[in-house]
Amino acid sequence: MLQFDNVSKSFGGVNAVDQCTFTIPSASITGLIGPNGAGKTTAFNIIAGHLFADTGRIVFDGQDVTRLPAWRRQHMGLSRTFQLPHEFSRMSVLDNLIVAAENRDGEHILNAIFRPGRGRTREQEARAMATRTLEFLEIGSLRDELAGNISGGQKKLLELGRALMQRPKLILLDEIGAGVNRTLLGKIADKILELNASEGYTFCLIEHDLDYVSRLCSQVNVMVQGRLLTTGTVADVRNDERVIDVYFGGGKYQEHA
Amino acid sequence: MNAEGIAFYLVSFLTMGGIYAVLCIALNMQWGFGGLFNAGIAGFYAVGAYTAAILTSATAPTHVGGFDLPILSGLLGAGVMAGVTAWGIARVCVRLKADYLAMASIGFAEIIRLVVINEQWLTNGSLGISRIPRPLEDIFSGRQAEVVYVVFVWLVVLLTYFVSQRLSRSPWGLVMRAIRDNDIAADSIGKDVQRFRVDAFVVGSVFMGMAGALSAHYFKFFSPDATEPLLVTFLCWVMLIAGGSGNNRGAIAGALLVWAIWSMTEIITSHLPVEWASRSAYLRMLLIGLFLQFVLQRYRQGLFPERG
Ligand SMILES: Nc1ncnc2c1ncn2[C@@H]1O[C@H](COP(=O)(O)OP(=O)(O)O)[C@@H](O)[C@H]1O
Ligand SMILES: [Mg+2]
Repeated sequence: MLQFDNVSKSFGGVNAVDQCTFTIPSASITGLIGPNGAGKTTAFNIIAGHLFADTGRIVFDGQDVTRLPAWRRQHMGLSRTFQLPHEFSRMSVLDNLIVAAENRDGEHILNAIFRPGRGRTREQEARAMATRTLEFLEIGSLRDELAGNISGGQKKLLELGRALMQRPKLILLDEIGAGVNRTLLGKIADKILELNASEGYTFCLIEHDLDYVSRLCSQVNVMVQGRLLTTGTVADVRNDERVIDVYFGGGKYQEHA
Repeated sequence: MNAEGIAFYLVSFLTMGGIYAVLCIALNMQWGFGGLFNAGIAGFYAVGAYTAAILTSATAPTHVGGFDLPILSGLLGAGVMAGVTAWGIARVCVRLKADYLAMASIGFAEIIRLVVINEQWLTNGSLGISRIPRPLEDIFSGRQAEVVYVVFVWLVVLLTYFVSQRLSRSPWGLVMRAIRDNDIAADSIGKDVQRFRVDAFVVGSVFMGMAGALSAHYFKFFSPDATEPLLVTFLCWVMLIAGGSGNNRGAIAGALLVWAIWSMTEIITSHLPVEWASRSAYLRMLLIGLFLQFVLQRYRQGLFPERG
């Protein structure tokens, strides 16, 4: 589904991602783990197109997308959620999802002025789908709330819902569990497994809680200081000396984990 | 003042108030819906005013034209010229992030000011363009003509309102609001943020140009003095913020209210002793600033919030 091929990215002097290579197989749920500052979020930003790699290639669904802007990659079927909430705060929860559906006719400004009927059907479909998605994520009761007013955990669900609106092939989840309570966390895991099993969505998720990762992921990539340290099943990785060293053993890496 | 006098004061108040309402709704399309910080409103207003003036005024030996064309073509031409200019600016400041756009638009407005002052062949310099017609001039004259014109202005206000309402309720408007709230997230759901921003910038500027045309036809004369940023850009921003950005009715209410206060402060400052008269402009600005403070203390989102 996706190849992250020998990618580097530096900010000033910091090599946030450093000659890093990994893949996300189709129909898998792949984990991306590593201590804080390892470059995981930067890697996601590069995959999604919010940052451009200094060197290296991103191949998505057989196509080189290294230089494509984020919105074009999204049209190819690549969605994401953010580590810190990125809701549309002054819009309702329902509108946050409706806007994420593509409405080529209705979004054209001349149609909006001269032919407001264009795109109405599509908007109705989007509304129905948004309602179903909110129900599926069990936040249907929040549909009319302003998105800026809901809790951090609910925003994570909202972003997942938003990412689902265009039926993407690959969804990147950046610490979807952070700041979410246990019950909700379990619920999110169930939803991810369900979407993967029944609808064939591919997921890649960044997560600190390794039990959570092992429940969801068939395969994990471990990043440390911008590089890929190792890759394998959660069990493999957990027994890897180097991983234990940087991830479990060394207390200094754990302060935010 | 007798009743008729008051009525005609009201007519002239509503004429200028209406022109500001058009400007203010136009700014709402840019800032209220899209979060685009246009600090060069006066520039688009001037482009529109001069376009209409040159297209519709009688032929003059001093500058290009006039072409003596019908008023509607002046209004249309003003919108088109302002829109094309806006498109050019939008293409240059590619990202159109708030701060860059603010700087670029201030710079643009200053360039336009210099052009209209210095390019005599085009604009007749500081002497301005005269003999600009008003609609139905040969049928109505005097105070009747004033009434005809206020109706004309408010027809344009209605048109602007209508377009803006349609835009805000359309899927296009929803995307614009999403971009305003979080442009990175809008990018991540597949929206070509830049294209939408250019759209909003252009469509708002079209109506700013039309507002310029309206004022040129109203005064029948247009000179660089009328493009003073304080009078156009600053007032228009106060109007939108006080009225409630994101809300078209708020934009109209803000325009009328602030214009009323601005006109009244003129009555006050005109009674000041002469040595103060030269400072009156600053006093009036101060009063308007105080008014804005007062409104925002009570109504954080302006008089008409975005979601009622
Ligand atoms: N926009 C940025 N500007 C400068 N430095 C950044 C930026 N984003 C990330 N970094 C740095 O890059 C490194 C990797 O950060 P990040 O990708 O957020 O790590 P992770 O998500 O694994 O915790 C950190 O040292 C961080 O400080
Ligand atoms: Mg991170």
